[in-house]
Amino acid sequence: MKRPTLLFRKKAPEAPVDIEQAALRSDRFRLEREGEWKRLEEIVRRMESGRLRGIADEELLELPALYRTAASSLAVARETSLDAATLAYLEALVQRAWYQVYGPRIGFIAWLRRFFGGGWSAAVRAIWLEICIALAAMLAGGVVGWLLVDRDERWFYSLVGGGMAGGRAPGAPVEVLRQSLEGQDHAGGLSAFAAFLFSNNAGVAILAFALGFAFGIPSLLLLIQNIALLGAMLWVFHDAGLAIEFAAWLSVHGTTELFAILLAGAAGLHIGRSMAFPGDRSIMAAAARSGQRAAVVMLGVVVMLIVAALLEGYVRQLVAAAQLRFAIGGAMLAFWLAYFFLFRGRAQEGGR
Amino acid sequence: MTAAARREARLERKRREMVTPEGIALPITLASRSTRFGALLIDLIIIFAVNIGLSILLRSFALAVFAESGLANRAAVLEFLQVVMILISFVLLNGYFMFFELGPRGATLGKRLTGIRIAARDGGRLSAEAVIARNLLRDIELFLPLGLVVAWSIMTMMGEGMGSALLAATIWFFVFALFPFFNRDRLRAGDLIAGTWVVEAPKRKLAEAMSLGEGSRGRSITTGAQYRFGDEELAVYGEYELQTLERVLRENKPDALVTVAETICAKIGWESGVGDERAFLEAFYAQLRARLERDMRFGKRKADKHS
Repeated sequence: MKRPTLLFRKKAPEAPVDIEQAALRSDRFRLEREGEWKRLEEIVRRMESGRLRGIADEELLELPALYRTAASSLAVARETSLDAATLAYLEALVQRAWYQVYGPRIGFIAWLRRFFGGGWSAAVRAIWLEICIALAAMLAGGVVGWLLVDRDERWFYSLVGGGMAGGRAPGAPVEVLRQSLEGQDHAGGLSAFAAFLFSNNAGVAILAFALGFAFGIPSLLLLIQNIALLGAMLWVFHDAGLAIEFAAWLSVHGTTELFAILLAGAAGLHIGRSMAFPGDRSIMAAAARSGQRAAVVMLGVVVMLIVAALLEGYVRQLVAAAQLRFAIGGAMLAFWLAYFFLFRGRAQEGGR
Repeated sequence: MTAAARREARLERKRREMVTPEGIALPITLASRSTRFGALLIDLIIIFAVNIGLSILLRSFALAVFAESGLANRAAVLEFLQVVMILISFVLLNGYFMFFELGPRGATLGKRLTGIRIAARDGGRLSAEAVIARNLLRDIELFLPLGLVVAWSIMTMMGEGMGSALLAATIWFFVFALFPFFNRDRLRAGDLIAGTWVVEAPKRKLAEAMSLGEGSRGRSITTGAQYRFGDEELAVYGEYELQTLERVLRENKPDALVTVAETICAKIGWESGVGDERAFLEAFYAQLRARLERDMRFGKRKADKHS
């Protein structure tokens, strides 16, 4: 019976093949270098599995050098070797190493921290021109909505549609209108309402962004149409002498929500504008650059919409006084403006 | 040959060259659309399963708490749960892709299983913004129109008359779903906007060197025979045949070895023996490769037997 000498031990390193043994010159070339390739493969494998801590610093420092060695081996082997398996191995290895050398430098959590710490506001500032255009479109839409209903009340029904109005139509009794603006005493049933509002508004914002594809024109139309609806509604309440109350009711969440929709439309416009006027880059390159910037803005829009839904679902229903509603809405607006345009943070890469 | 040639042409259409910042041209292969669809399906199944699992867990946890505290505010707690679940599924649906694609492998679980990953189209660094952008667009391409199609087809069935809206949502869905079929690089809209593409992520083990054994020196261990091939005998084949022979030798299937040995013997006018095919083929491979590589160093390449 064989007696075990040692139960566990580290695997002995494979004995290196005698290089002179190889009959072919290209195989000798490979045998001389395969130790380095395998070291690179091991480092890459450990990086891919995400255990950065298991890698010593000197190995990380070695990575670029090993990567370049493997890449130049590949270049030489392509010209001198017909060993298909080795070539395929090298190509795959260099590719994998390349992804690690040029991978995203930053994890999801770290990116989020940078996003809130200045990346978001820098991206918003970078599309200031589109924000101005979108703001002009929204203002125009509101005025148009008001004027249309002012001239002919039937416009209201084609702008707003039956479902959304909920009794708030031209000529509705003042009491009905006033009641729709009132708060509630308790928060029961409000949370599901807030969640519903969020997914609804997120849909509109994402649409405004996505339509930027078609050179931004549908984005503009969507903005105008949505705000025209608001203008029409404002006219109805103004007609009943409730304009101030309506504005207060709207401002609680509206300053955040409308701002978010404004940013979404502007982000869409940004993509559309850079595709229409790519400058000296190709259209694809221009779309990619502006798309990345717009995506940062859009992630922020989602955050703003969550805030808006909470304000709309809870705060607005619980706070009934017009002054207080104005104060909350105004404070939110001031906060967003300060955050986007005054707060600089560590914004080196966010709007790149 | 036509079938093989067609397959080769199809592969050629998927091949791209990516030039790294150091100026090294790396060959990459675009992932096929069906692979990507499969990866997406796996991801959606994972998300769905996690979602269901979480909601069951949350619910049973909450119900256990009820049993403790009585049934007074059961409705309120259930509603709160509903909100939590809406938020969780929103975060899952959007965060899952971003989290995994920002990882060191640049691939979601589904992409890992199918052996593909995302990469920057210009050969530069894959930025976090690009990953975010391509995944935000997924909402517009897939989840939003699908949700609308489902909701509106239910409404249409209930006689709400959403027919035209349903048609619009369906068109919207197909415009984006078919997007990858109408551009050379198989980009979906999110890839276009983010400057990324989806490529195959091959992993290979380093195979044995071919010219280490005695056979490659032309001597057979089993029979002691010495195989030498003349110049005109080696001149009949090119690189394509050499690499086919390499594959046969690496796979080492006895009947394939016999067939190939007989074919080569017939071609170069040798009489084929029996039982020593492997040594014969190893010798032929080594000498053919030595010859082709020598010519290669002088800038002369022979692609296959026809050239």
